[in-house]
Parts: sequence; structure tokens; C-alpha cells
Amino acid sequence: MKRESFAAGMRAAVPVVLGYLGIGIAAGVVERAAGLSYAEVLLISAVLYAGSAQFVVTSMLSLASSASAIVLTVFFLNLRHLLLSAALAPALRGVPAWKNALLGLQLTDETFVVASGRRPLSPAWMAGLNLAAWSAWAMANLAGAALSGAARDTRTLAFALPAMFAGLLVLQVRIQPRLRGALGVALFSGAAGAGIQLAAPGPGAVIGATVLGATLGLSLERWKSGPKSSR
Amino acid sequence: MEVRPEILALVLGCALVTAVPRVLPLVALSRLELPPWLADWLRYVPIAVLAALLAIELLSAGAAGLPAITAAFALAAATRSLLGSVIAGVALYWLLN
Repeated sequence: MKRESFAAGMRAAVPVVLGYLGIGIAAGVVERAAGLSYAEVLLISAVLYAGSAQFVVTSMLSLASSASAIVLTVFFLNLRHLLLSAALAPALRGVPAWKNALLGLQLTDETFVVASGRRPLSPAWMAGLNLAAWSAWAMANLAGAALSGAARDTRTLAFALPAMFAGLLVLQVRIQPRLRGALGVALFSGAAGAGIQLAAPGPGAVIGATVLGATLGLSLERWKSGPKSSR
Repeated sequence: MEVRPEILALVLGCALVTAVPRVLPLVALSRLELPPWLADWLRYVPIAVLAALLAIELLSAGAAGLPAITAAFALAAATRSLLGSVIAGVALYWLLN
């Protein structure tokens, strides 16, 4: 089987790129409004490259939070990437460590989901996906910074994020071998995420709901297939 | 048009604590044969993380969020188009606000 190319990865990135244009413009608007220069907007979007973390950094900067508090919050917020990175690992076995390190550096929720349906995953394809999404994100942040004086409605643009999550969720559920189990995991994880967030707002909600949801999925699968066929 | 040193340090600090969880499992676990239960558990991570992120976003999206996200779901289910569901969701959210 022919391994998929860099160009094919860039093509697969198109929906993510469109979503990132919306969210990235919204991010750039608020970053500029919080007093960051264009160079700083480019720096944070290209080097940190994490949408939700950038919104958090921006709002904490406006509140004059200490640098250590900001870094600690970003750490907990982005800890969920541990799970995404681990889930991608089986598809990238046998790939040299330095290539996996470069691919992992640009891992996001969205590129992860686009990539996670593919086995085996070609590093070139993943690099195409990553670079397309990353450059769209940095461009959109800069565009948002330029529009900052004029644009007021960042809420509408930022809704591209949940809309993209909804589309990605449908695509993910479709490729699962057990449809009912997958739907159950989705409903349960959503409810758990919202519940934890309401009870104790913070980055722990996503991680907690993910661990609970994946454990539920595995338990349902093992329980249904019975102890003797559990491999 | 300049980068203040304290912003540079802040961004580098944030980038470092973000890069470690992004890179470490991919580099370490791709060299190992995972036990089957762990591989199966990890298969549920994409769905679980997406559903949790979506639900948390909806909490702060206001009354227009639910109908707009329903439109995005319906379009994605009918057409399998990620692009279409992003456009439909944002358009309806904009109309309802």
C-alpha cells in the first residue's frame, strides 16, 4: 500500500484550516486588545500554538496575573495532550523518534481527531496536516490582530470551535466498530465534562471526563464480549 | 512591533509545559507494544475528549448554542462534511444572536 503524501495531508487539513481561520481571528482580536504587539501575537500563535491556552493567557495577562500562575494554568489546561499523544502512538510505531517528536509538537485537538482514524499513519501525511493547520492558525491570529480595532463580534467567530468539535465527533463515531458503545461514551463524556465544569471549573474537567468516558467504553466492550473472548 | 522580554519568557514557559505532554507519549509509547486493554482504552479517547470539550464550550455559548450545534450535528451526520458543519453551526449561531 502506498503511503499517503504530504500533499494529501494538507488536503485533509482543509476543514481544520477553515475552523482555525474563525477561531484564530477571534484569538488575534482579543490578543491585540489585551495589549500584545503584532510580533507578540505571531510569537504566541506560532510557538505556543494552542487555542484555548492562548485565550487563557490573554485573559490572565489582562488581569495582571503572575507569570508563574499563567504557566501553571497552561500546563494543566494542556495536560490533556498526554492522552491524545498516547492514543496516536500505536499508529506511528517504527517511526524515528525525532520525527515523532516534531509531529507531536504540533499536535492539537483537531489535527489529532483528523489523524486518529488512519492506520498506519504516514509521517509525511501528518506533517502536511500539521503544517497546513499551524500556518493557518498563525495567519488567522495576525489577521485578527489587524482587525482588532474594527471587529467586535468575536463570540460568533469563536463558535467555529464547538461547531468543528460537533463535526469531528460525528466523523469519529462513524469509524468506531461499536456504534452504540461509541454513542454511549460520547453522551456520558459530554455530561461528565459539563458536570465537572459546573461543579469545579478548570482544566481538570476535560481530563476527568475523558478518563471516565474511555474507561466506560472499555468496560462496556469487555463486558459485552465476555471474559473468554477478551484476548 | 516588538517583543517584550517578559512576554517572550512567558510564551516560552507556556510552550515548554505544552510541548512535554504533546511529545513525550508519542515518542515513548511508539517504541512499545501496548497491552491490548490499553490500546482499546486509547481508542475511546478521541470521542471522549471531543464530547467533553464540546459540552464545556456549550456551557458558555448562551441560548443560541444548542440549536446551532444541533444544525452542525445534523449536517455532519447527513453529509459527513466537516466544512459544512462548521459553516452551518456558525451561520445559525450568528442568525440567532
